Amino acid sequence: MKLAFKSLFAATAVAALMATSATADEPKTGGTLTMAIQQTPRHLNPAVQSGTATGVPGTQLFASLLRYDEGWEPQPYLAESWDVSADGLSVTVNLVKDAVFHDGVPITSDDVAFSIDTVKANHPFKSMFAPVTEVATPDAHTAVIKLSKPHPALLLAMSSQLLAIIPKHVYGDGQDPKTHPANSENVVGSGPFKLVEFKKGEHVILERNENYFMDGLPYLDRIVMRIMPDDSTRAIALESGELQMSGFESSPRNIVRLKKNADLKVSNAGYAAIGPVNWLAFNTKAEKLSDPMVRKAIAYAVDREFINKALNMGTAPTALTGIHPGSPFYDETVEAYDVDLAKANQILDAAGYGKGSDGMRFGLSIDYGWPAMKPYAEYMKPQLKKIGINVTVRSSADFPTWAKRISTWDFDMTMDNVFNWGDPVIGVHRTYSSDNIKEGVIWSNTQQYSNDRVDAIMEEAGATNDPAKRTALYAELQQILADELPLYPIFASPYHTVSSISAVGNASDSIWGTSTPLDRVYLK
Amino acid sequence: MSFGQILAKRVGYGLVLLIAVVVLNFTLITIAPGDVADAIAGDMGGADASVLAEIRQRYGLDQPFMSQLWRYLSSVAVMDLGYSYFYNTPVTELILQRLPATLLLIFSSQILAISVGVLLGVMAARKPNSLVNLCVTFLSLFGFAAPVFWTGILLIILFVSVYPVFPVGGMMNAALIDASFFEQSINIAYHLVLPMVTLASIYLALYSRLTRASMQEVLGSDYIRTARAKGLRENKVFYKHALKNSLGPLVTVAGLQFSAVMSGAVVVEAVFNWPGLGTLALQAILARDTPTIMGILFFSSLVVIVVNIITDLVLRMIDPRIRAE
Repeated sequence: MKLAFKSLFAATAVAALMATSATADEPKTGGTLTMAIQQTPRHLNPAVQSGTATGVPGTQLFASLLRYDEGWEPQPYLAESWDVSADGLSVTVNLVKDAVFHDGVPITSDDVAFSIDTVKANHPFKSMFAPVTEVATPDAHTAVIKLSKPHPALLLAMSSQLLAIIPKHVYGDGQDPKTHPANSENVVGSGPFKLVEFKKGEHVILERNENYFMDGLPYLDRIVMRIMPDDSTRAIALESGELQMSGFESSPRNIVRLKKNADLKVSNAGYAAIGPVNWLAFNTKAEKLSDPMVRKAIAYAVDREFINKALNMGTAPTALTGIHPGSPFYDETVEAYDVDLAKANQILDAAGYGKGSDGMRFGLSIDYGWPAMKPYAEYMKPQLKKIGINVTVRSSADFPTWAKRISTWDFDMTMDNVFNWGDPVIGVHRTYSSDNIKEGVIWSNTQQYSNDRVDAIMEEAGATNDPAKRTALYAELQQILADELPLYPIFASPYHTVSSISAVGNASDSIWGTSTPLDRVYLK
Repeated sequence: MSFGQILAKRVGYGLVLLIAVVVLNFTLITIAPGDVADAIAGDMGGADASVLAEIRQRYGLDQPFMSQLWRYLSSVAVMDLGYSYFYNTPVTELILQRLPATLLLIFSSQILAISVGVLLGVMAARKPNSLVNLCVTFLSLFGFAAPVFWTGILLIILFVSVYPVFPVGGMMNAALIDASFFEQSINIAYHLVLPMVTLASIYLALYSRLTRASMQEVLGSDYIRTARAKGLRENKVFYKHALKNSLGPLVTVAGLQFSAVMSGAVVVEAVFNWPGLGTLALQAILARDTPTIMGILFFSSLVVIVVNIITDLVLRMIDPRIRAE
């Protein structure tokens, strides 16, 4: 008997060993990966179009200067090395010597200067390269980026989809880069894959760039990106094996369902730089909500734990601040406003909002912009009723309708989901800066919040390269915001990359989700 | 009235209708809150104020409504449907790219619905009190009552998820772009099965009920009795005399249903990710891509008006009674 156990143990150990050696298999070259993207991209050139719809195929076609690993460390990409001057006012980039575009033309510092100029003039995120005064090109493989002030967001802004290096000899022909024909057809980049076909509403097909500047990469021969907007359709296709991979999956129900499938790896690693945070936003100029005590009472009434357990089914991390919990600047020590209905009622009583004969104090409306946000908005109605606030849920027919209402401040509260986009300078400052209260611009400071100290902190943190100083400044920022509550952060969107365990290796290894070069992904 | 006069009158009515459709659509789309700049900003994860202002200026969204309408009408008058804001592509090109997929879906489903519908209708009419009749009635009511998106989702669950026989959506396996035309056609046909059956299900019900009712009416008429009295075989009575004469209503309805089939196709395309005009329309509406929405609506109303005129003329040809009026 003892012996039998022993041999059973041995057999198990051997099996376990074999299993580990089988999973740690070496990357192989070849094969076609079929993956999904959720929207039709407007075009494929990330230099003049933000958003992950363009980013996922765009980062395959266009290489950037840097790439980032999972630990937020910049890695060489088109830049083999880089150096930030001591005063922070110039960044020297040394390019890989033998890199060529898909059409065989070598990549020079002229292309880098041209790309930075194009992005600066045309990209929707003006803060990325605003302090850049000049890009000098002392030789073909050296570019020196001159800045008007230290710009800590620069390195992140040189990675992934934020700075596509585009060929000057194609895009510099005088046509408007936003509507350039080479954005959708005959795309010339220097990324790991070349464009075979982009059929709007159907697919983007990419094939291996044989002259890719990173040796031995990419592993895949082809990537077929099928455009599949429907969550459930993608889930079925992942289960049936029709799709081998899909990024940016965020429906809690589908994530839970796909996790039950033994062949699917469902991972939320690698979305920290995208940094999607969901919050309840307040119009701080609306009658009742201009009173911070009302906002605090609402914060005490909302039960984050319930939302994360019941509505998000445990798929989404809690976010206590507007900075993504995966960011190095996230401060988890801020006031969390754990649910406390008695306290919420007390605050409202003390602030002079007595209950009427029907037990209600006053009414507020809540908006949501797209179907995924509906459950959270609906949840607020019964929950806030408990503290005597009569909530009306207002739906919008489509995204532009909602965007119009919010950006013209025609709202009380709204559910919202805003991306950090790497450095706080790019995606966080815009939400709180009093300079950015701009009518008609969605995801500006639509809360109409203004605080001089907050403005000063952001200006200082946006102009120093000292990480310790920045961490301290952003901690102070998050403390102030948690106290004044222009918005109440609830959770980080549960973005997941789903991939077939038996078919796909190295599915995610970045902080940009699948909006990153997939040159190390391989088929088993 | 002569044939030419009738045609001229119909075309005249059609033109007036078309202009009304264009003006009405344009007004409705413009008065909805929000615009394409909001949609593009949403797609991009936010945009700087200057970027949004530039988009609005470039597409003339900052112009007064009447001048936008006038500009659109005058360009449509010369058959220029404009430029898609969202895709930066001429709308005509977008429509022509997507048209074949939609036509394939519409015609294959209509052929399926008419042939099977007529067959079932005849079977039911032949034996009015049989089990066949009961089944046909049940199927018809079911197909007619079930919303088309529901039928589609049900078929996906059944034949993609539970019994994986068919692909989950799309029109062709993208890995086959270098394959032969024959191989591609087979693959397209394979992808076509579920959407075609889904779209056909509603009309199958309609056509079988119509055929049955029409057949029963014809079978009760005097000339059928005469045909039987002179000793014709039942099959001949059925197919030569009765069926031919009961197809009139079917032609009318099939023609008039064309607009309904097109709108049904929008839903089916969305469910099955079929890359036709319907998915384009849906995407355009969500993106507030006014030129594309207008282009598709203009194009579909044109098609519906033309098909109605043709139906009218065909009916005149096959039914002498209408000609006499």
